[in-house]
Amino acid sequence: MSLQYTFSDKTKKFTYAMMGAGILAVAYALVRGIPAQRIWANLLIDIFFFLSLGLGATFYMAKKYAAEASYAIVYKRVYEAISGYAPVGLILLALFLLLGFFHVHHIYPWMNPDVYNPASAHYDKIIANKGAYFSAPFFWGRILVFFGLYIWCQHLLRKRSLEEDLTGDITLYKKNITTSAAFLVLFGFTSPVLVWDTIMSVDTHWFSTMFGWYVFAGFWCTTMITITLFSLYLKGKGHLEEMNDSHFHDLGKWIFALSFLWTYTFFCQFMLIWYANIPEEVTYFQDRISLMGYRPLFWIMFFINFSLPMVFLMSRDAKRNANFLKVIGCILIFTHWLDLFVMIMPGTVGANFRLFSPLEFGLFIGFAGLFLYVVLGQLAKAPLLVQKHPFLEESKQHHI
Amino acid sequence: MSTKAIHAIYDDDEVLVSAAKKIHAAGIKVKEVFTPFAVHGLPEALHEPRTRIAICAFLYGCTGLSLGLLMMWYFMIHDWPQDIGGKPNATLYHNIPAFIPPLFEGTVFTAAHLMFWTLLFRSWILPGVKPKNPDPRTTDDKFLVLIETEDTEGVSKLLRETGASEIKIVEV
Repeated sequence: MSLQYTFSDKTKKFTYAMMGAGILAVAYALVRGIPAQRIWANLLIDIFFFLSLGLGATFYMAKKYAAEASYAIVYKRVYEAISGYAPVGLILLALFLLLGFFHVHHIYPWMNPDVYNPASAHYDKIIANKGAYFSAPFFWGRILVFFGLYIWCQHLLRKRSLEEDLTGDITLYKKNITTSAAFLVLFGFTSPVLVWDTIMSVDTHWFSTMFGWYVFAGFWCTTMITITLFSLYLKGKGHLEEMNDSHFHDLGKWIFALSFLWTYTFFCQFMLIWYANIPEEVTYFQDRISLMGYRPLFWIMFFINFSLPMVFLMSRDAKRNANFLKVIGCILIFTHWLDLFVMIMPGTVGANFRLFSPLEFGLFIGFAGLFLYVVLGQLAKAPLLVQKHPFLEESKQHHI
Repeated sequence: MSTKAIHAIYDDDEVLVSAAKKIHAAGIKVKEVFTPFAVHGLPEALHEPRTRIAICAFLYGCTGLSLGLLMMWYFMIHDWPQDIGGKPNATLYHNIPAFIPPLFEGTVFTAAHLMFWTLLFRSWILPGVKPKNPDPRTTDDKFLVLIETEDTEGVSKLLRETGASEIKIVEV
């Protein structure tokens, strides 16, 4: 039983092997002549999926500070470590956007200057009308501001938290509350815009005001699952002694509740578009439900994300059962990834998608390896139980 | 030998829960505990059987959902099919997305109301019923443990040791 997690060489090699599998998957795709568009679309899915976990954990961390909540303090280091992936993911996403901007890939149709040119054969009136929003200075300006803001806030919160542990200085904690409150407001307004720019703009003609919240609800849920899985892993290794059944019960409740939030936003978006039946809106669901062969994926994704937590996480005993949480967590991670797959693939590769192929599978494993490498590295940096947090004792006594 | 009731008053919920554990460990049967709010961990400390209200809630929810579905089918499909926004109105299946919000509301409404009445009937705290609460202070800031026993002296001594601030012995 120790407070310090050590990132052993064996585990490190394991994550390297996972990253290697990702590179192999890309090599396989190049050798087999899989279209570049499909490789890039997969990269976008995996970059965004793991980035969203980092951002979700930053959001959760800020939320805990702003609400002055005590219950999560015993596993505070876990979500702090996960938030440590946010800067890495943001840099990867910025690189991805930059490559698109220099026309290395063609995931974003609006990055092609021809669509704004009335004389060109590729002229697209609808996208041209959105020209001001997609103009390079405005686009890169907001992307840099958002990314800088997220990285800076995550860095401040984490740094002060580590410092507080050494000095016990209460002013650092109070400063973190202020930073968190500001971050929550800014994140609330900027995260939907980030999602429009990076995911929704794949289907450039289409738009939905629910989309930002829909994606946000999905990744918040996945973040809570990730926190649960990391906590269970560490608990299994004999760490996090103070974390008891009640803490896991809380995490289970988060997964349960956020699955409903996700379903709610999914359904709000779906039903309004289904009901109004406006051609420019309904294309999104036509592509996914009837035209391009995504129908089974779409409905399987929806029903598993909704019913699995509803049926299996409803009872109190299930939320306190580690094996239950592990199995359901792993399935839900996959189906939330599938959610992102169904969002991005129809707009990029259309009907030419494959789900069960070494490329899709390998790239996911590769990015998971990178994610694990960063998060476990962050976990090893500080004692797993915070030492001098004002709510530490209260969190240890937590029972529900 | 006559059975008497002991009213032990506690001032703090944490003290109450630790006292309840000790009382249960000593093998004394607690008849009832009156508290101003729900105290977490108290039923577990007294080894009370788990509440079955969750099972009721599930059954009520299912009832609400089925009734709602029946209602929607009768109003909108069977009795007077209504063409709203050109949506198919010949079958329930085709129209189901439009019915989900009212079905959800119906489920919650039925479950909440029936649970409320179940609780009132089960605890018999209906309007006009004489209150069973022996001390009105338990509706404010005190916690009262009610024990019926023959050995009043021994039990009182134990209760005092567990932190009871006041002990009253009354005839049953």
